[in-house]
Amino acid sequence: MIETLQLYFQYPFVRYAMLVGVLVALCSSLLGVTLVLRRFSFIGDGLSHVAFFAMAIAAIFQWTNNMPLILAVTIAAAIAILCVGETTLMKGDAAIAMISVTSLALGYLFMNIFSTSSNLSGDVCTTLFGSTSILTLLPEQVFLSSVLSIAVVIIYILFYNRLFALTFDEDFSRAIGVNVGFYNLAIAVIIAVIIVLAMNLVGSLLTSALIIFPTLSTMRLYKSFKAVVIGSAVLSVLCAVIGMLTSIVVGTPVGSTIVGVEIIAYIICVIVGRVAVRT
Amino acid sequence: MAQIICKNLIVGYEGQVVRDNINFVVNKGDYLCIVGENGSGKTTLMKTLLSLQKPMGGEIIFGDGLNANEIGYLPQQSTIKRDFPATNFEIVLSGNLGHSGFFYSKDDKELALKAMKRLHVDQFKDRCFRELSGGQQQRVLLARALCATQKVLLLDEPVSGLDPKVTAEMYELVKELNQNDNITIIMISHDLNDALKYATHILHVGSVVFFGTKNDYLNSELGKQFVS
Repeated sequence: MIETLQLYFQYPFVRYAMLVGVLVALCSSLLGVTLVLRRFSFIGDGLSHVAFFAMAIAAIFQWTNNMPLILAVTIAAAIAILCVGETTLMKGDAAIAMISVTSLALGYLFMNIFSTSSNLSGDVCTTLFGSTSILTLLPEQVFLSSVLSIAVVIIYILFYNRLFALTFDEDFSRAIGVNVGFYNLAIAVIIAVIIVLAMNLVGSLLTSALIIFPTLSTMRLYKSFKAVVIGSAVLSVLCAVIGMLTSIVVGTPVGSTIVGVEIIAYIICVIVGRVAVRT
Repeated sequence: MAQIICKNLIVGYEGQVVRDNINFVVNKGDYLCIVGENGSGKTTLMKTLLSLQKPMGGEIIFGDGLNANEIGYLPQQSTIKRDFPATNFEIVLSGNLGHSGFFYSKDDKELALKAMKRLHVDQFKDRCFRELSGGQQQRVLLARALCATQKVLLLDEPVSGLDPKVTAEMYELVKELNQNDNITIIMISHDLNDALKYATHILHVGSVVFFGTKNDYLNSELGKQFVS
């Protein structure tokens, strides 16, 4: 088994994949805490479908470096849901559901009508489940992913206290002069960035898992916000590494393997949490 | 000069006027109770005072060294998320955000500890917020409000859902903050009897808007109607 890994790690694309995987797992778990606690768990799902739509458009025009387009479209959708959604009549969850199915349906439709690829269902499957895409990242994509991930982590640390206050009690934060509108906008942009990054790792259908599972797991164990944030970051990176190594050795799809590991971790956390309460 | 002056204030949301012609003055050290039935516009008025929404007309003037973001706010219990993982210290610290930089300073932490001691919740410092009883949670949130300001506290139905003993303790604490620390109190309440026990001034929001001292209120037609 170790020999298999050594063999694989000689290839730069495997090392790239590990690097991007760890960074993406880290970022998504950080923002996941805010999203889960603000009852926005489904936004990851909705936005990843938007990203799928953008990817389909990019595929039609045969742009290989499709990140800028996907980023732009997803950020626009995130702002529409998180910032505009508050003031319009439509409730947040309905808006998310609508944007989500619309972009999924249109994305598939456009791919079907305009695609020049000979293996359409294979392409769609790859986009949805990210079966191999992380191993086919271009060097510039790896670079962009790394820079964006590190930027997210730095921003998160700098605004950690404000994010906490905003997540816990938005009205109070606004009343003491925190610029809530600005931070909501920033959160929307960052979430969109993370979802686009996470899509490379696990595909658009499973992106939500990376965002919600680490938080839900660690919330079972810890009682302070800081512990939940740090715990979910550690757990997320751990799950991503175990998942990626397993998929290399056993040959399973990367995305679903990582999510499988997350689910196992969640079950363990639930059990440990229960036992800890009783003793 | 008064801390807060409301002149011909019109409050409402989404273009709908909820209540108009609101006039009142709050001076340093006052204990103002805002009373009125459900739907009379108490909450809308409160949100307008906190600058969470804009007035639809008239004006709010802040004076006597008070800035708009220096009103400490104790929200209604129902708005706080019950399953939130946070220690009480983390929550109280967040009251400092109005005047702190990226990270909390040593002064911020001392202020938070002092506020927790003041409200007798320092022994729960590292406990989880969701493990506390309703009354203890209210005191933690009051400590957070004290970190934000030492001037004016705005309390929104601070005793709803609390049992009679805890309610009495809560009122005593607020009274102490008002009398010993000279903090102005603005309290929204639907319980007139309790409001009258502690308040110095009453603002009655309804089809008729009344503002005056407690005694004026008791002697007015409106007051006689509502106080039994």
